[in-house]
Amino acid sequence: MWGAPMSNPLLRVQDLAAWYGETQALARIDLSVNAGEVVCLLGRNGAGKTTTLRAVMGLLARWKGRIEVGGQSTHGMPPEAIARLGVAYCPEERGIFASLSVEENLLLPPVLAPGGLTVAEIYGLFPNLLARRHSGGAKLSGGEQQMLAIARILRTGAKLLLLDEPTEGLAPVIVHGIGLTIQKLRERGFTILMVEQNFRFASQMGDRFYVIDEGAVVEHVDRATLERDRARIETLLGV
Amino acid sequence: MNLLDIPPAAIVGQLIVGLINGSFYALLSLGLAIIFGLLHIVNFAHGAQYMLGAFIAWALLEFLGLGYWWALLIVPLVTAAVGMLIERTMLRRLHGLDPVYALLLTFGLALLIEGAFRLKFGATGQPYASPLSGGITLPFAFLPAYRLWVIAASLVVCLATWWFVERTRFGAYLRAAHENPQLVRTFGIRVPLLLTLTYGLGVGLAGLGGVMAAPIYQVNPLMGSNLIVVVFAVVVIGGMGSIIGAIVAGFGLGVIEGMTRLLMPDAAGIVVFVVMLLVLAFKPSGLFGRGDL
Repeated sequence: MWGAPMSNPLLRVQDLAAWYGETQALARIDLSVNAGEVVCLLGRNGAGKTTTLRAVMGLLARWKGRIEVGGQSTHGMPPEAIARLGVAYCPEERGIFASLSVEENLLLPPVLAPGGLTVAEIYGLFPNLLARRHSGGAKLSGGEQQMLAIARILRTGAKLLLLDEPTEGLAPVIVHGIGLTIQKLRERGFTILMVEQNFRFASQMGDRFYVIDEGAVVEHVDRATLERDRARIETLLGV
Repeated sequence: MNLLDIPPAAIVGQLIVGLINGSFYALLSLGLAIIFGLLHIVNFAHGAQYMLGAFIAWALLEFLGLGYWWALLIVPLVTAAVGMLIERTMLRRLHGLDPVYALLLTFGLALLIEGAFRLKFGATGQPYASPLSGGITLPFAFLPAYRLWVIAASLVVCLATWWFVERTRFGAYLRAAHENPQLVRTFGIRVPLLLTLTYGLGVGLAGLGGVMAAPIYQVNPLMGSNLIVVVFAVVVIGGMGSIIGAIVAGFGLGVIEGMTRLLMPDAAGIVVFVVMLLVLAFKPSGLFGRGDL
């Protein structure tokens, strides 16, 4: 089911380097994500995990290397074009629009391809959002904001979801709920590339794991070897 | 002088004048608010674009025989197209730089456009006949039909624009792109196109204002630069980027100005700026402004 990357991954990143101004943020990132997989990026703060997601989404001004989505290079593409390749992004800060209601936030991203969830299915997954659909986006709790940030990228027909720290700062019961959601999304056939600081949570969710340190991939394991190498990886993560 | 000593006819007269001026303040500050809200540009060419609207209306009549009602339809589209061309060819290049560059560019454009029209037409105005004659006679005052039309039309356009931005899907894109343009792009929405359309919308509103002004004021190359200074004060009072603020402050200040003309005629020219000073002193983000602007 998982294991070594297949020859035609949904996402392939090769030799990615990136800069913020003069500061090098990524030195060498190589990774791939196959259709239907949940892949986690692990690493300490500032290792380059978020930057990697932002590069895939086309949000970096300066990068080099090769990024392919479904075999197509994203070189020179603005984020709106990468979105049309079936990529959707849920940022770490969640990015809920305060001037829009919950429902306006949910309906904001246009449907770009068939195969997304319907609004009814989304409210079925997140009943809290249905109850609060007329509230302002800024009035939600942290957990509800995270649910909304994930919910709104499920309608669009995107196949590859980039989730940046979906459990950050959330209470254990909400983290559990987000875990269940990710399981359901996997069953629906979504492919997920996720940045996660919560090692325990990540180890339950992921099929494969890349450990990033100082802007480079330093370790690549699947779930079976994760258990075997747990001590060594925890040292790398500083946990 | 006491308000009670003033004959009702004078009060109604000044109220109408105030609402007329307020109509133009509201239309123009609305366009500025929309442009500022999304592009973060203070559009100094707004007065020139308003004047351009009036001149295009005049030219349509003079050279093509197309009257006021045609102009009302054509001019906003033409001025919006001119605006979109300016955005695509010039303002776009300044994106991401200090907003002062866009301010200087639009200021320069205003000088150029107004200078060119002054060279061609001189400083005297071209007359433009009112499309509506007659009016409503009240016991104590006469209300000219065209002025009532301008007030009503401006109010409708303002409210329609508010509805468009606050209640429609396209408006939700605008509000979201105002907060976080990069994230909106990741949803597949072409924010650069949104910026072009928004600038076009703002300029189109200025052009519409120009058509409506043509029968009231003369069509004059400097009509915009006379008005725009007050309009900027209105925008500051309403709150930079606030749509409802632009509408309320526009009509409200028009009326305040009219009433001041009755009570203290000498102060009518500065009352808007006095209000601006007070607002800046007590609520620097404007009456309807959010703190983040």
